[in-house]
Amino acid sequence: MPTTTNIACNTLLAPAELKESDLDRVMDQILSHSIDSADIYFQSSRLESWVLEDGIIREGAYNIEQGVGIRAINGEKTGFAYSDEILLPNLLEAGKSARAIARSGGSGNIHIKGATAPNQFYDPINPLDTLSEEQKIDLLRRLDAEARKQDPRVTQVIASLVAVHDVVLVVDNEGTMTGDVRPLVRCNVHVIVEQGEQREQGSSGGGARQAFQFFIDQDRALEYAREAVRLALVNLEAVDAPAGTMPVVLGPGWPGVLLHEAIGHGLEGDFNRKGTSAFSGRLGDKVATEGCTVVDDGTLPGRRGSLSVDDEGTPGQYTVLIEDGILKGYIQDRLNARLMGTESTGNGRRESYAHLPLPRMTNTYMLPGNREPGEIIASVDRGLYAVNFGGGQVDITSGKFVFSANEAYLIEGGKITRPVKGATLIGNGPDVLTRVSMVGNDLELDAGVGTCGKEGQSVPVGVGQPTLKVDELTVGGTSA
Amino acid sequence: MQDMKEKQGRLEQLVEDLLSEAKKQGATSAEAGVSSDAGLSVNVRLGEVETIEHTRDRGLGISVWFGHRKGSSSTSDFSGDAVRDAVRAACNIARYTSEDSCNGLADRELMAANPPDLDLYHPWNVEVEEAIALGIECEDAARSVDPRITNSEGASLNTHSGLQIYGNSHGFIGGYPSSRHSISCAVVGQEDDAMQRDYWYSTARSRDTLEPPDLVGKKAGERTLARLGARRIPTQEAPVIFQAEMAIGLMRSFIGAINGSALYRHSSFLMDHLGKQVFPKFVRIHEQPLLPGGLASAAFDSEGVATRTKDFITGGILQSYVLDSYSARKLNMQTTANAGGVRNLYIEPGDMDLEALLRTMDKGLLVTEMMGSGLNMVTGDYSRGAAGFWVEDGEIQYPVEEITIAGNLRQMFAGLQAVGKDLDRRSSIRTGSWLLEPMTIAGA
Ligand SMILES: [Zn+2]
Repeated sequence: MPTTTNIACNTLLAPAELKESDLDRVMDQILSHSIDSADIYFQSSRLESWVLEDGIIREGAYNIEQGVGIRAINGEKTGFAYSDEILLPNLLEAGKSARAIARSGGSGNIHIKGATAPNQFYDPINPLDTLSEEQKIDLLRRLDAEARKQDPRVTQVIASLVAVHDVVLVVDNEGTMTGDVRPLVRCNVHVIVEQGEQREQGSSGGGARQAFQFFIDQDRALEYAREAVRLALVNLEAVDAPAGTMPVVLGPGWPGVLLHEAIGHGLEGDFNRKGTSAFSGRLGDKVATEGCTVVDDGTLPGRRGSLSVDDEGTPGQYTVLIEDGILKGYIQDRLNARLMGTESTGNGRRESYAHLPLPRMTNTYMLPGNREPGEIIASVDRGLYAVNFGGGQVDITSGKFVFSANEAYLIEGGKITRPVKGATLIGNGPDVLTRVSMVGNDLELDAGVGTCGKEGQSVPVGVGQPTLKVDELTVGGTSA
Repeated sequence: MQDMKEKQGRLEQLVEDLLSEAKKQGATSAEAGVSSDAGLSVNVRLGEVETIEHTRDRGLGISVWFGHRKGSSSTSDFSGDAVRDAVRAACNIARYTSEDSCNGLADRELMAANPPDLDLYHPWNVEVEEAIALGIECEDAARSVDPRITNSEGASLNTHSGLQIYGNSHGFIGGYPSSRHSISCAVVGQEDDAMQRDYWYSTARSRDTLEPPDLVGKKAGERTLARLGARRIPTQEAPVIFQAEMAIGLMRSFIGAINGSALYRHSSFLMDHLGKQVFPKFVRIHEQPLLPGGLASAAFDSEGVATRTKDFITGGILQSYVLDSYSARKLNMQTTANAGGVRNLYIEPGDMDLEALLRTMDKGLLVTEMMGSGLNMVTGDYSRGAAGFWVEDGEIQYPVEEITIAGNLRQMFAGLQAVGKDLDRRSSIRTGSWLLEPMTIAGA
C-alpha cells in the first residue's frame, strides 16, 4: 500500500512534473537568505455538498482548490507568499517574495527526503466516492422522512451532507517531506416545529475523518434527525432562563466547548510567547481543582479534530494541558515552540495553503472522574443543567469567555424540573475550573461538529468532557 | 488602469467561456462569476515587523440549470481543462438535484442595463517598507498613550484590489474593479494583576479616506486604557445603550430577520411583519446601493439585477423584505435586488451625540463589546456576553465586564428610545448609538 506521502506526491507534484530536485532548488533559493526555518506547503482540496430542503434536493455544489504556500522565518519575522498554480516558476517567485523577510547571506544545500507519519489516525480515503450520488440523495430523503414522522408539528426540515478530501504535502528546511490525506464528512439536520403561533428550531449533526458509511452505521444520521426534533420540541416548552450567578451542571460531550474556550485558546503558544494571555507565565500554577485533567489529543482514531501530521509535518500528539489541577503545557506550533525553547506539540495548523500556520487545538477534553451523573445533579439545590450548546468565544487577554446553551433545564431541589430558553453563560477562564466541585465518570466526546475560528482561519476541532459541576457561573437569562 | 482594462477583458472572456461551455454541455441556462484579487498584508509588533504576506486570490464559480434543476461548482484553477471540468461537475450535480419551480436565473427584464461606474477602485501601491513604517507609527501611538499600556498584539496594514465579473445566459455581463485598505491596532494594558486588550481600525476604498495611522493607534490605546479596572455589576434590569459599533450588530440582526431565506423557512421572528410596526415611528432604515465610493456599493446584485435605493423601514413600519429571486419566488414576491446581501444600510440619525444619550439614560449600561452568538432567530430571544461602562447621573462611572445582557429582539426594536448622531463611518451599515428600554443584566 502506498504511503500517504507517496499519495500526496502523486496528487500534488506529478501533474506539474515537479521533481525532488526542483524542490531542492526552491528551498536552496529561500535559504540563500539568512532564514531560521522555512516550509513549502502543497494542498489539493475537493469539497462536495448536498442540501435537502422542503422535501427536495435543492442544491449541490462541488469545489476544487489547490495551491502552494511558502513561508520563510527569521527570528520572530515571517515572510509568506502563495500561488494557486502549482508550477515551478510560481514556486520560485513565491519563494523570492517570502525570503525577502531576511537579508541575503545564508546558504542552503538540502536534499529532499520523504518521511511518513509514524501513525495514521484515519485512512487515506477519498470520502466523496464512498457513496454513490444516488445513495447520498437517498440518505437525505430518509433523514427528511425520519424527522417528519417524529411529530406532526415538524414543518421544515433542512438536511445536508458535506465531504472534503484534503491532500497536503509539507517540505521543511531540513528537506523532510511529509504528506497527509485527510478525509472529512459532516451531516446535519435542522428542523422547525410550529404549534399555533409559536415556532422553535432544533439542530443536530455529526462528522468524522471517515467514509460516509459512518452516518449509516448505528443509524447515526437517523438519530441526528430524531435528536433535532426532540430539541425543537423541548424548546417549545421552555420557560425564561434564570439570570445571575448560580451552580451549573454541564452535561457530557459537546458542553466541553467550555474547555475549548475557557482553557484551550488561552494555552496556545503564540499568545503565551507574547505574554498577552491570561494564562501567560502560569505554568505549574493551580488553575483547576484536583481531579481535573485536560488534554489536547490529535491521536483519536477517525475524529474530526485528529491529525496524523499537522500542517508543519509534525506528528499528531497527546498533550496534557492540565494535570490534576496543575497547568502543565501549552499548545505549540514550530515557530512559537522554537522561540519559547520547547518542542512543537503537533498543533501547527492552517486553514489552507493561503494561510499561515498558527498553534491550534485538535480534540480537547477532560478525563473522567468518579462521580455518578445522577449524584452530581442531586447535589444542586437551585441551578442550571445545560446539555447542548451553540458556539462560544473568548477574550484571551482578560480571560472572559462565553458559550451559549441551546438546551438547558432548571435544577430545583436536586431534580431536573423545567426546560429553559437558550442563554449565554459567561465566566473567567483562569478560575472557572477552580470552581469545578464534581467530575462525572461519563466522559463523552462531541459528535464531530466543531469548527474553531482564529485570526480569520477556520479548522475542524473536537471537544469532550464528563458531566461537570461548576459551583458558580453566570447565566444570562431574562428571569432575574 | 490600462492593465486593469486588459485584465477585465480576459476575465470577461473567461465568463463567456464558462457560459458557452455550459450551453455546449446541455444546460438550459447558466450563470458564472469570476474574481481575482491581489494584496499585501503587513503586521508589526513591538516596533518590529512580524509578518509580510503577499496575497493573491482568485476563483471562478458556475451554476447551471437543466430546466429547474440546479448544479454548482467552483475552483481556483483558470485553465481551459479546469473550465471544462468545473462545468462538467456542475452538470453532473444537476442530474441529481430536484425539479424546483422557484429555481432559475432572475427574470431577464430585471438585469442592470448600463450599470454606472461607482468609483470603487483606488489601488494603493504601497511599498513593503512604507507599510512597515505606517504600522510602526500606528503601534507607537497606541503604546505611548499611557505607561499602563504594557504589551501589544501589534498593528497591521492591509491593502487589496481586484476585479469581479458576473455574467449569465440572459446575455448579461458586468464587472468592476474595486479596492479596499485597512489599518488596525490592538494593545494590552495592565493594572494590578489584570490585563485588558482593545483595538481600533479604519477601513476605506481609498487610502485618502483612511484614518491616519497615529489616530488609529491613539484610539486603540485609549480604548484599552478605559477598560482597566473593569468589575462586575449585580444582576438587575437596566436601560442599555449599544454604542454605534455594537448597534451595527443589531442592524445586522434586523436584516437577517427580514431575509427571504429565513422567511420562507419560517425561521424568523419577523415573519409576516410586512406593513407592520417593527420600530417606533421615528425610525427610518434605508439602503443606498449606488453610493459612489461606498464600502458595499454595487450597481447590480449577485444575479445581475439592477440595484436600487429603497426603504426597509419608514415611520417604524416594515416596507420591504430582503429578497433574491429564489426566496422571492418561494414567497410569491419579486426580488428586491438583494442577492448577495444589503448594500450600504443607513438608519436616520437623531440629534443627540453619545454624551447626550448618556444623560438621557441617566443610569444604566453602555455596551461597547459583545461576545458570543446567543440569538435565536426563530423567536428573537437574545442573550449575549457584554463589556462596557456603568453609567450614573448621565456619566460614565467605571468599566464593567463578565456580564450578560438578555431580552427579545422584537421588544428591543419596538422599545428603541433614540438613535444617536455619533455615526460609525467604518462600516457599510451606518448607525449611531442606540438607547434601549431596560434589559436583563446578569452579573455578580
Ligand atoms: Zn476556538
